Amino acid sequence: MNGCESRTLAAAGLVDACTELLGQGGRMQFAYAWFPEPGLAELRYVTAPAARRPFVAWKVQAPPAGEVPSLAHVSPLLGWYEREITDLCGLHFAGHPEPDPLVLHDGASAARAPLSPGHDADAALCLQARPLRLPELRTPHAGREVQLLPFGPVRGDVLESAQFVFMYLGEAIIWYQPRLFFKHRGMERRFQGLRADLGCLLAERVSGVGSVCHALAYCQAVEAACGCVPPPRALALRMLLAELERLYNHLHYLGHLCHTTTLKVGEAEGKLLEERMKQLLARLCGSRFGRGLLTPGGLRRDLAVPAGWAAQLESLCGQAGRYGDMLEATQSHLDRLQTTGHLDRRVAFDQGATGPVERASAIDRDLRRDHAYAGYAALPLVVPVREAGDAHARVQVRLGEIEASFALARHLLDALPAGAWRAPCTPVPEGEGLGWAEGPRGSVFYAVHLDAQGRLARVKVKSPSFSNWRVFPSTVHDSNMMDYAINEASFGLSIAGCAR
Amino acid sequence: MPQWTLFGLHQGSASTRWPAAGADAGQAGVLGMPRLDARRCQAGCSDCADACITRAIRIEPEGAAVRVALDYGRCVACQLCVEVCPSGALQTSPDWALAVRERDDLVWREALASAPARELASGVRRVFGRSLHVRHVDAGSCNGCESELQALNNPFYNLHRLGIFFTPSPRFADLLLVTGTVTYAMREPLLATYDAMPEPRWVMASGTCAVCGGVAEGGYAGGHGLDGVLPVDVWLPGCPPNPAALIHALLLLVERAAPTFSRGRHVD
Repeated sequence: MNGCESRTLAAAGLVDACTELLGQGGRMQFAYAWFPEPGLAELRYVTAPAARRPFVAWKVQAPPAGEVPSLAHVSPLLGWYEREITDLCGLHFAGHPEPDPLVLHDGASAARAPLSPGHDADAALCLQARPLRLPELRTPHAGREVQLLPFGPVRGDVLESAQFVFMYLGEAIIWYQPRLFFKHRGMERRFQGLRADLGCLLAERVSGVGSVCHALAYCQAVEAACGCVPPPRALALRMLLAELERLYNHLHYLGHLCHTTTLKVGEAEGKLLEERMKQLLARLCGSRFGRGLLTPGGLRRDLAVPAGWAAQLESLCGQAGRYGDMLEATQSHLDRLQTTGHLDRRVAFDQGATGPVERASAIDRDLRRDHAYAGYAALPLVVPVREAGDAHARVQVRLGEIEASFALARHLLDALPAGAWRAPCTPVPEGEGLGWAEGPRGSVFYAVHLDAQGRLARVKVKSPSFSNWRVFPSTVHDSNMMDYAINEASFGLSIAGCAR
Repeated sequence: MPQWTLFGLHQGSASTRWPAAGADAGQAGVLGMPRLDARRCQAGCSDCADACITRAIRIEPEGAAVRVALDYGRCVACQLCVEVCPSGALQTSPDWALAVRERDDLVWREALASAPARELASGVRRVFGRSLHVRHVDAGSCNGCESELQALNNPFYNLHRLGIFFTPSPRFADLLLVTGTVTYAMREPLLATYDAMPEPRWVMASGTCAVCGGVAEGGYAGGHGLDGVLPVDVWLPGCPPNPAALIHALLLLVERAAPTFSRGRHVD
């Protein structure tokens, strides 16, 4: 696989290899399965031995009969990937601690696993609704008046669809489970058979507010597979778009968090700054989400920075700075954030937290620096890290990132390379590539496999919210209902990216 | 707290006066759906159709010749057809306010026959006056549509100034605004929400996914939008429709705006 190193392992050696990796300070990134040919299933585990060293993809051939050992006991974050592989590829894992469907809805059934060979592309899933499966309550709660609240999937306000199931006693939440895959659209399957350049349009639409980082990771995966290097101007403009995306997302995050703490003027200001950033993005590239620019090989067209545009960005930078200072000086707002939704460093690591969430729990990691891509290695990058692990720390990390992203954008605009913006990117038959980007919410990975005709055979999408939703419930158990909305907002999660 | 009060007063109003007055809809530079001039098409060329992942453009045989069929209800405004067109038959445009009352009005036709002015059979204005309460349901979107819907309540668009409100309960809602492709798991919750709404009630398909399924159409989990699922009163393609396009569509429903699109063409 291009873009990383490869290592072939036997299924029986997985547990030892994973234990060794973690023991040496490495970490698992994500896992997926694909079918190089009918009847032959191959698992891929993408691992990071250490910062500033290449990722290593483990190739494991699934035994034709029998199961693959589950690694969820060794590296808990893999639990969700294994369940996804079972749902979509029909492979089973021995000794999985939670062997329930994840991506497919409870009660959904298909004649064949949707990503397995021979699955009819148009065959829809059957859904037979089932009652909620709830945990059995033992002492000290058994027999007390525990309330059940299944909230959603259609919730108040303009929100993405998901169901949150609470069991609570008074204000105290005893048990919480998010059901996140009502919106599962089968996006990975939609890539299959497409031309590699057209796949970018799909990548832009996996998670709308992550259009640029998804397109960037996708393009880099295809470029790795095809041995293509985009010209410097394309790389610089890609980084500019990616930083603008981070900015409008973080400004929205601050405004939305004020909504949950009922700081009304703070909410209005945050969302106004977000709007101004989206309008700037549209004036630069024609899309409020930065869509329609990236393509494997570079950019689809050149961008000219409009007159006065950089000055407006500078003015927005000043406004955002003042806004952040005011938020940090508002004690009533901070009181609701401090100690709320505490995420321990160990839990954050084990469960695979990513982006600002892990950096607020003292894990100093950013793909832009640790696995530099697209030219970030040459930029003066600041990575804010906080130790506290609470909602306030998650805010402070983002406040620091807003400042850092404005600085990066300024740096890029000052020294925009001239020249070509696109290099030819000819699909390599049976090419394979890994691409990644640090999006506003954390790490995005794309693994791309091309078929004998150079079309997309398998595209695996790892979105940041898939990781952070896995972590989030651990901060909800034993908390209280009043803090729930604040805690959820402080994670800044997207459901579309998670459900795909 | 006082510093926020002072800050708010000092900032003043940030809202646009559009559409009542002024032209600042906030969409400067936004690329809309491409315009087609089929007279400039080259014989035997199908580059645009080959590049269109949502099959908005198809080349259909018509007798011995072929003709271009363009359905804006399927367009995600990705601009790829404009880029690959060798003859300039497809051009970028600022056309983003594509809300229409008839799905058919999104389909481009060769000859523009003069159509009789259509009355809105629903009589929304008679029932609700000028105001509207909206219940939104995400039936499987990429969150782009939600991002733009949430923007409607930011100070720039300030939807409240137009007497239009989002309501949490379907019981209080006049309009069901649906985004997303209607996935297999969201179909039932969507229908249950519609059933919970009192009559008279209206439905808007917002975004290309809700109009036809968009990029996620079909497959094992995705749907085909609202066609055949619910009776739709306003169709608004876009990927996603920007907040000004959403405002135009909402005002179109309550007869406070006129369609700017008819029979697959922009009407000035």
